[in-house]
Amino acid sequence: MTTPAPASTSTIDLVARFPGVVQADARPGYSGFIVEKDSLIEVATAIRDEFGFDLMTAVTGVDYAPDKMEVVYHAYRTTGGPSLVFKVQVPRVDPVEVPSLIHLWPGVDLQEREAWDLLGIKFTGHPDLRRILMWEGFEGHPLRKDWKEGFYEEDTKPFKSRWPDGQFYMAEDKNPFKDNLTFPQNFDPEKWIPEGDALLYGALARYTVKSEEGISTDRIVINMGPHHPSTHGVFRAVMTLDGETIVGLKPVLGYLHRNHDKIGERNTYLQNMPFTDRLDYFNSMTNNFGYALAVEKLMKIPVAERAEYIRVIVSELSRIQNHLIFIGTTLNDLGAMYTPSLYTFEERELILDVFEAISGARMMCNYFRFGGVVRDIEEAEMNKIKDLVYERIPPKTDELDRMLSENEVLVSRMKGVRMINAEDAVAYSVTGPVLRAAGVPYDIRRADPYGIYDRFDFDVAVRYNGDLMDNYLIRIDEIRQSLRILDQAIKQIPQGPINSQKPQYQVRVPAGEAYGRVESPKGELGYYVVSNGKPNPWRYHVRPASFVNVTSLEKICVGTKIADFVVLLAMFDMVMGECDR
Amino acid sequence: MYGKGILKGLGVTAKRFWETYTEDLAWLLRGKKRYYTEEGVRHRSSKDQKGIFTVQYPEERLILPEEARYLPFLVYNELADGKREILCTSCGICAKVCPPQCIWIVRSNDPTTGRPIPEPTEFFIDADICMNCGYCAEYCPFDAIKMDHDFEIASYGRNVYNMEQLLKSSEYYKSIRPQNYAREEAARKAEEEAKKAKAAAKAAAEAAAKAAPPPAEPPAASAADTQVNS
Repeated sequence: MTTPAPASTSTIDLVARFPGVVQADARPGYSGFIVEKDSLIEVATAIRDEFGFDLMTAVTGVDYAPDKMEVVYHAYRTTGGPSLVFKVQVPRVDPVEVPSLIHLWPGVDLQEREAWDLLGIKFTGHPDLRRILMWEGFEGHPLRKDWKEGFYEEDTKPFKSRWPDGQFYMAEDKNPFKDNLTFPQNFDPEKWIPEGDALLYGALARYTVKSEEGISTDRIVINMGPHHPSTHGVFRAVMTLDGETIVGLKPVLGYLHRNHDKIGERNTYLQNMPFTDRLDYFNSMTNNFGYALAVEKLMKIPVAERAEYIRVIVSELSRIQNHLIFIGTTLNDLGAMYTPSLYTFEERELILDVFEAISGARMMCNYFRFGGVVRDIEEAEMNKIKDLVYERIPPKTDELDRMLSENEVLVSRMKGVRMINAEDAVAYSVTGPVLRAAGVPYDIRRADPYGIYDRFDFDVAVRYNGDLMDNYLIRIDEIRQSLRILDQAIKQIPQGPINSQKPQYQVRVPAGEAYGRVESPKGELGYYVVSNGKPNPWRYHVRPASFVNVTSLEKICVGTKIADFVVLLAMFDMVMGECDR
Repeated sequence: MYGKGILKGLGVTAKRFWETYTEDLAWLLRGKKRYYTEEGVRHRSSKDQKGIFTVQYPEERLILPEEARYLPFLVYNELADGKREILCTSCGICAKVCPPQCIWIVRSNDPTTGRPIPEPTEFFIDADICMNCGYCAEYCPFDAIKMDHDFEIASYGRNVYNMEQLLKSSEYYKSIRPQNYAREEAARKAEEEAKKAKAAAKAAAEAAAKAAPPPAEPPAASAADTQVNS
């Protein structure tokens, strides 16, 4: 662990280390290594232990119909540096089976379940391979290329059939029980009992256990959510409680699932941009950034110099307002009902005013384009940003800090309530402020810089206790670091064009794959895009921060009190729009 | 400890509370109205804002920046004889680029000549599907479709707007987006001038070609003339 990360992973020769088992991916536009299925665990163990790629961030299934399916793994070092991409290819005959890596990286748990759910890839050795985003009775795997949904129109946009014969139709006019759903044969929804869900639905079952002292106690399974006011959206946690202590927990997701990936595969590349806004609706600028990076990598185009600075400015402003909301809502969850969230929303509104003036919308910005941004920041708006960065936000952050950080109620609720330690955080692929609060200074802006972040001077905010207090304080640290970056960006921004490309509504994207990732305020937000040269992406996958972070929820919550669960969940800063997609 | 932190926090709240009234008083002393005026709303959404932050919605409205976008509308020019000149040529780029595919254009042919009419016969936008992304306005090559500022679109039914509901005059467009309008007008004028200049240069060149033998100065002189004109 003494040598710094190499500049490129091409220096790592997996092929020589595992002759005959590993080969380099030679398809044009692709990179990484293809590993034989049978030796996947052996190779992955070496990748983790010998080569030091301890952070497994993205597991993506790709359907290369009609011949094969592929699982793509993106592994990183927490010391920084680019990714090591390795893939497994399996013939596309049922059952499609791939060994699970859950024993090496527990963080792949939910992602493997997602690949099973949406693509039907069986991960052998996975202890709990259930559907996660679709409901248990769902027929088929929606991301398979041969799957057709109820209101199937066409594979790719632009559609021809949206207005048949010039007449629009309303979705609700179609009888949902005839057209909207595909059921298994002989399926009766009235008599259906979800399989393997006995534990989740046995909500009232009581389990009597004997404690070490010989006292018999009742355990109870309860559902928290999906409509609990503290879960920040439709998130459901099925908990087994022993008194007030949580002894078991399973997150249940998918209540807000819109199959963003499938929508993305039907859209053209440009049409996806406004859809990314709707993922994490507090941070549409950051979402745009990740997607633009991925497609620009595929297209191999440069970004205009001024646009690079604008991108940094808007995404740092976005980070500030996201952390402000986080502080407000967390305090809401702690019982400080209204006042702190209103105070944080004041600053956020001012930032959104700037977004509205430059992009046209407060939340659904749709501001980035491939090769730049859509509109320049005019002088008046730049002055507004300067006012915010130099005059408004710093004293307000101090005021917030003054109001909250020493507040006895807050301190007694948060200090010492352990969230996660560094080792577990890395193993569970936790990224973002939660990982940094646990003592791992891993920030993609530093570890694997994108855009022009390598030009700025800022510190990676890091705290070492991993308790709730640190998780809260690190957000305030990050606001201050963002202000530092903004200060430099505002001073250095050059004049010039804001897009290196001509505006075009249909971009040409050569065949290949690309993974673009950014440090969103919630953690690593990645976009894995596969192009086959057509106007629409062949595979479009979002690696959301909230979704992967929630893998560690059980690890975090077991042993704590149920009252703390609300705050522990709030600390992930979850947005279900991003989590469920 | 001993409640110091709580007192500090309450101090912040107390400060906000008093600031609302001191600010009101300051505006009163200066003889200005803080509420129900544009100036007051502007001040409350600026960096100097203190105290109360809210806008009393139906009576007061936030001031929309020019680029704010809600639903698309079609622009027409009012001609001198009262007729409408619709800028849309029904080329269909807006429908192609629209991510939720909520635009439907009906084209038709001239019954006598059988050739396509550039103006759309019908133009529908399903406003309930529209995601207000602004691509249609951004990629329209004729500046014929623009994003509106009207955000009060609540209704009891589905909003599928037809062409009659979508058409709004260029005067209205100018009123909501003066800078954009001025920029587009300038670009259009420049283009027209360039076209005229090109035609003039062509005519001059042809005239020069007719006068034999072709002298060296006249074309250059005419080019200089057109430059002055444009």
